[in-house]
Amino acid sequence: MALDLSFYSWDLIGRYVLGGLWFSIQLTVVATIGGVLLGTVLALMRISGKPLLMWPAAVYVNTMRSVPLVMVILWFFLLVPFVVGRPIGAEVSAMITFIAFEAAFFCEIVRSGIQAIPRGQLQAGTALGLSYAQSMRRVVLPQALNNMLPVLLTQVIVLFQDTSLVYAIGAYDLLKGFDVAGKILGRPIEAYIGAALVYFVICLTLSRIAAPLLTRPAAQPQAAEVQAM
Amino acid sequence: MSLEWSIFCRSTTGNTQLAGCLGQNGELSYLQWLISAWGWTATVALLGFLIALLLGLLIGTLRTLPSTSSSSRWSSRLAAAWVELFRDIPLLVQVFLWYHVAPFFLPALKSLPSWLLVSIALGLFTSARIAEQVRAGIQSLPRGQRDAALALGMHEAQIYRRVILPVALRIMLPALTSEAMSIVKNSSVAFVVAVAELTQFAMQAQEETARGIEIYLAVTVLYALTAFAVNRVLAFIELRVRVPGVGALARQGA
Repeated sequence: MALDLSFYSWDLIGRYVLGGLWFSIQLTVVATIGGVLLGTVLALMRISGKPLLMWPAAVYVNTMRSVPLVMVILWFFLLVPFVVGRPIGAEVSAMITFIAFEAAFFCEIVRSGIQAIPRGQLQAGTALGLSYAQSMRRVVLPQALNNMLPVLLTQVIVLFQDTSLVYAIGAYDLLKGFDVAGKILGRPIEAYIGAALVYFVICLTLSRIAAPLLTRPAAQPQAAEVQAM
Repeated sequence: MSLEWSIFCRSTTGNTQLAGCLGQNGELSYLQWLISAWGWTATVALLGFLIALLLGLLIGTLRTLPSTSSSSRWSSRLAAAWVELFRDIPLLVQVFLWYHVAPFFLPALKSLPSWLLVSIALGLFTSARIAEQVRAGIQSLPRGQRDAALALGMHEAQIYRRVILPVALRIMLPALTSEAMSIVKNSSVAFVVAVAELTQFAMQAQEETARGIEIYLAVTVLYALTAFAVNRVLAFIELRVRVPGVGALARQGA
């Protein structure tokens, strides 16, 4: 018994892998953009100081964070067709799930990013005659997002790995591509090694890109910059 | 749409309601299946956490050894490679590797039950994350601790055992708590190799009964309860082992 290296062919990549990889990338990008947007809204709700906004956001975030992602995927796959009134595909269900799930994690990243910005920045905005919303948008959030970038990137790598869990509802992603190829061609061992290698190379590359950012000093408003504003 | 909790008293083999919710002579109710699934989740998570803790401590410590000899430089590189390897492959893929691929290279693994293979996969995956926390914990200590131990005539192993690790471990307890809660959630990947744990129960029972909402609710609540229990146990340990001036509790002035 030996590994059959002829399993790794252009045919394998073109027929089974590329389609799955494309969906995994799409899912990661959609969940990142949607998750950061929804997560920022949740974060602003959580720090708003208004109980009517704080409570629902806190309950949402803590619930999502205490349930396994696989269960969240199953829940959405069960409930979303009820809500929209017609059956939906596993791929669409996965996209909705990941936006909703990742928003909870991005919310906490954005929240700690905002809270790391000195309160004086908000007060300075108010002193300049900006409204709360304006100082958030023009002063606090740009600095916070800049400081959060390394943590956000790390979360995106985790997110990319987590997309493999759509296996639970049978969506066709990178892992599923290799899984199907391994079953049809009767070479499951080569298939799973191939899947592991592709994920490893992608995640290693992403973390190498993120690494210099992780050691970058956070942007703190300097006295000179404050004067310039 | 109303919830029908009596589903848990139904027999898993026939379409009958069981008196007292418990089946006899090998017959099982969904409630009994749920509880046994909870037990499997707890077993896989606990075993995985023990493996992760032992390996994580070892690998994390190796990464901080002073690079005075070529052997310590090599062990430090090996530890770094370990962390990259187990951190950059999705957990689900690692479970497949242990279940399908590893027994091909190590036939002895074929005799192991799948729950044990999943625990190993979960343990090694988490060990990489714990190793990073151990390293961060050790590196956060002031150099003076090490210098003082050296001045007292301790050798490397003594310095780690008596000075560095006792403090570093207390510092990293909060991070360890969140890893322990993660491993409870991550144990849900065991469904792919048919370990009869909570997620596998959820999928299977949903299919058999078509009462997905009741089943999923029960499973979700059990996951949350387990993670909460883990959190309380570790908070208790954190309180019991605290020493003045070390760790998060000290900073809060507790």
